Amino acid sequence: MTNSSILLNAQAMQRALTRIAHEVVERNDPPTELVIIGIQRSGVPLAQRLGKTLAEILNHPVPTGSLDVSMHRDDLDSRIAPNIQPTEIPVDITGQTVVLVDDVLFSGRTIRAAMDALNDFGRPRRIQLAVLIDRGHRELPIKADFVGKNVPTSVNETVEVRLTEMGHPDEVVLERT
Amino acid sequence: MAWNRKHLLDIESLSADEIITILDTARAFKAVGERAIKKVPALRGKTVVNLFVEPSTRTRISFELSELRLSADIINFTAEASSLKKGESLRDTARNLEALNADFIVIRHSASGAPHFLARVIEASVINAGDGAHEHPTQALLDIFTIREHKGKIEGLNVTILGDILYSRVARSNIWALTKLGARVTLCGPSTLVPKVFEQMGCRVTYDVDEAIREADIINLLRIQHERQRKSMFPSLGEYSSLFGLNKERLAKTKPDALIMHPGPINRGVEIDSEIADCERSLILEQVTNGLAVRMAVLFLVNGGKGPQDIG
Repeated sequence: MTNSSILLNAQAMQRALTRIAHEVVERNDPPTELVIIGIQRSGVPLAQRLGKTLAEILNHPVPTGSLDVSMHRDDLDSRIAPNIQPTEIPVDITGQTVVLVDDVLFSGRTIRAAMDALNDFGRPRRIQLAVLIDRGHRELPIKADFVGKNVPTSVNETVEVRLTEMGHPDEVVLERT
Repeated sequence: MAWNRKHLLDIESLSADEIITILDTARAFKAVGERAIKKVPALRGKTVVNLFVEPSTRTRISFELSELRLSADIINFTAEASSLKKGESLRDTARNLEALNADFIVIRHSASGAPHFLARVIEASVINAGDGAHEHPTQALLDIFTIREHKGKIEGLNVTILGDILYSRVARSNIWALTKLGARVTLCGPSTLVPKVFEQMGCRVTYDVDEAIREADIINLLRIQHERQRKSMFPSLGEYSSLFGLNKERLAKTKPDALIMHPGPINRGVEIDSEIADCERSLILEQVTNGLAVRMAVLFLVNGGKGPQDIG
């Protein structure tokens, strides 16, 4: 028996991303040398949207890329090997401010893997983290800099971020099983 | 699609989807090899034993570098320096290696089926690096990866494999992989080395080289394997070269975008003319580079394969 509730509809999702974009600009003043990197898979379209909004605010293009963290995960021998998606880092990130983007922040292990993976491409001046949903239950000392919505959840629940880029209308759904 | 195999023993038992999964994963690992830092921690703390009972240089080096780039610890075990020379059985050797808590065994053996046997008697994941004249799965996978990179697809391509088919595990693995993915495979060479029975694997067999390569998109040349031939299968290397070797005149009759492959080591002047081996239509060195990506992908996938195993 599953029941679900909508945490964010399309409009609320759009507002959250716009607010995050403004917060990124505010935090990084002057907002130069910004690189937006989305974590595969759902983080990538979110990063593209964030990069686009930032470019509109700043009146200059903001480099946006993607990162697959599969090769850096700490649970590779306890699961079926994940399908690896493309990693595209558009510029040299050394000395830059990298904003990592993911859909849901949960245990924090993906972010740990992402920071390790980024290290192979250079040494950013700083790494910041933007997430659409922070659902709690951290297993590592990791905290997001920019959060679309904080949602207290139980570990038995799942949070699903649906995006038009991936074939669903925009919405975030909490499911209880 | 998810990969749930613990071993890579052959191509014959793989589905087309599984082959595609390996190729897609290999594409990500190829990108790793092009970075300043070519190493990822995916197999950190894992131990790989390279058990090369039959001599090999390029396959062994390719596996070793792939394992190092995945951060695994590796042990190299060759026949010349091993207790197999002292009469130890393969089973005992493998069980001793397993007692060292090896997680993966990459095996090259002159006996067909040796990797399948190992997979039955030990707990570690087994990867076939060539067993007798049976299969050489990672070679076929890197060949197909290379073809797909250049042609964008496998389905519908005409692939001609030219040379010593009878004794070639590379040919067998390639035939399985290519036909599963929808390519049309033509085999050609001296009739003693290309028996008609291969038609049962879904290939076309011809003994006319010019006809075999005329419509080919890919020409994969195989080395004449002196070491596996029990008796002379053709009169001389010179005759082989003039009847079946790829030279400038023959190449001129092929499609202008036909590409040339060879698993190496090449015998210049026998199966391929020297200038052709180095021409821009030759993918021989790219195959070597892609071998790393494919082997990294196989190790990565097999590491996650925890499902029930059907060992043929």
